[in-house]
Amino acid sequence: MSTETAVPETREKSQDKAQYGVAALLAAIGAYTLYDATTLTVGFADPVGPKMFPYVIGSVMLVLAVLLVLATLRGDTPKAEEGEDVDLTHPADWLTVVKLVAVLLITIACVNWLGWAIVGAFLFAGAAWSLGSRTVIRDVLVGVVMSVGSWYGFYVGLGIPLTPGILDGIL
Amino acid sequence: MDNLGLLADGLGAALTPENLMYAAIGVLLGTFVGVLPGIGPAMAVALLLPVTFGLEPTQAFIMFAGIYYGGMYGGSTTSILLNTPGESSSVMTAIEGNKMAKKGRAAQALATAAIGSFIAGTIGTLLVVFFAPILADFAVTIGAPSFFAIIVLAMVLVTSLLGESKLRGWISLFLGLTFGLIGMDLNTGQPRLDFGRPELGGRLDIVIVAVGIFALGEALWVAAHLRRKPLEIIPVGQPWMGKDDWGRSWKPWLRGTAIGFPFGAVPAGGAETPTFLSYLLERKLAKKKDEFGNGAIEGVAGPEAANNASAAGTFVPLLAMGIPVTATSAVMLAALTSYGIQPGPQLMTDHSDLVWTLLASLLIGNALLLVLNLPLAPLWAKLLSIPRPQLYAGILFFASLGAYAASQRAFDILLLLVFGLVGFMMRRFAFPVLPLIIGVILGPLMETRFREALAISGGDLDALWSEKLGVGLYVIAALVIVVPLVLKARRPSNPSDPDGTDGSTGPSDSDGSDNEKELVH
Repeated sequence: MSTETAVPETREKSQDKAQYGVAALLAAIGAYTLYDATTLTVGFADPVGPKMFPYVIGSVMLVLAVLLVLATLRGDTPKAEEGEDVDLTHPADWLTVVKLVAVLLITIACVNWLGWAIVGAFLFAGAAWSLGSRTVIRDVLVGVVMSVGSWYGFYVGLGIPLTPGILDGIL
Repeated sequence: MDNLGLLADGLGAALTPENLMYAAIGVLLGTFVGVLPGIGPAMAVALLLPVTFGLEPTQAFIMFAGIYYGGMYGGSTTSILLNTPGESSSVMTAIEGNKMAKKGRAAQALATAAIGSFIAGTIGTLLVVFFAPILADFAVTIGAPSFFAIIVLAMVLVTSLLGESKLRGWISLFLGLTFGLIGMDLNTGQPRLDFGRPELGGRLDIVIVAVGIFALGEALWVAAHLRRKPLEIIPVGQPWMGKDDWGRSWKPWLRGTAIGFPFGAVPAGGAETPTFLSYLLERKLAKKKDEFGNGAIEGVAGPEAANNASAAGTFVPLLAMGIPVTATSAVMLAALTSYGIQPGPQLMTDHSDLVWTLLASLLIGNALLLVLNLPLAPLWAKLLSIPRPQLYAGILFFASLGAYAASQRAFDILLLLVFGLVGFMMRRFAFPVLPLIIGVILGPLMETRFREALAISGGDLDALWSEKLGVGLYVIAALVIVVPLVLKARRPSNPSDPDGTDGSTGPSDSDGSDNEKELVH
């Protein structure tokens, strides 16, 4: 995420400096792909081996990173995607994104321990709150209905028991 | 005809009351999710995949087919009523459709879109019935070198015919190819790019990649730019069409179908180009030319039919060769493989009963869509006013559930988050999504074919051009890359787009309003 911190929201002819960050990320991915390939061993009767594709893909990635730097130097700016609910006239709201990522990280950390029924409800209510909803009690209730409902839906309807977590035996 | 007999068997297998119920559920869920703003057909199918876990393949396919057509139709409803198309294929529908809606003819616009989709989808599916087996018979005979060439060509077409910037297309493709490397090397069993995590030892689950990039990426992107003012939603009555509307619609439906199907069937980048061509054609042929740009029904009927016919057409390369050419068919492929079915030339012979059931299901799903959605349209329109925090929280909830339910690993939600952030980055920096998905799916297949070809020849690279078909395909791929460059070099250069941002490849614009300007003036 560090690559998108300095986002100029203007559509001027100025350089989009954040693109250098993207290029650095691409170069890092390419370089790591190349490094990872060197750790592989080639088997018998395998003229190509497992290394060739990573070598080619990693190298091209490095070239593309350089090309992106060149394009950015020449004033190339991306046209960010629009959509039904997207309003690009405002500067990006990073706080909301950070809140959502935090909610997801908590979900990931707790899902096996607390179980889907609890974490799912938290995920829904937390995400709604992050996005600006202030009807917390209603969101929690909706979240509980959705997560418990999906737990039973998967268990009864599809025969897949999702993790019950600390509610083991209660659900 | 032999094929029709097999299709009839497929219909027989699909047409049980229980299966019809699954089809109906699929259509309703698909439309429900597809109508929601910000969700295109690919995302709808990806989000709803977990619903089919645990079903028999036949029932799962029937439900997919419903979800698929429902999601497509839901997407066009959104673009007609909101004028901000969720995906590039409904850009053209939105232009005239929204103008019609503003003039109080939303009901007619929705009706011509629904009936046009039905007709195009039905004709398209029947064409698949005829063409897919022929192509599969042919595909069985081609060797690994040519198959490798086909994959190269598909990647080149998808990457260079779409999007504004070719550089960004290639970056997306190679990001996808890198993600495709993750996991066990099939020949030697060694894990690649696994960061020491056992969870990455297998292959990446394409559903997680797709849901991360489409659903989570979109939700995060919207979160950063949430519209402060709610959009104006146009109320709809019961969809219906007058005699005049029928008279003006039926020819565009058929013309749109004829344009759309071939574009879907060859890997030339899905529905953008045919919907654009259909729009231009209808505008050219229209008797009341001045109505175009002000809500002409032909401008909805044609592109919408082209959209659905091309969607049906994508099943030809998907079923016959295992090559997806749109994001939606890439997700369908992921769905098929999760049932242990590897689409490819052998699919038509090894699992022919499933294929015919799937094709029959598409026909049923399409018919149900028409029956259910015309009466339900006013209800669907109400979904557009769901408060956005709850809507996107719901998308996050179902995306996480889908990632988690498959194997119940918290790590999978982490992967989902990583791909969500990748999707966010792609939207911020205008990287097209499709090349990445194609790269993830076709990369491993490409490597398999390449190593197969060279294992036979003992490592001699000449094996790659040992088949005439393969050489021909390389020539086409080279032309696709070189010709636009030459055309561009001969034109006065434009300093503002240094990396091939030219209009020579048709409707490369992903932005509805710009397209509109281009077309209207």
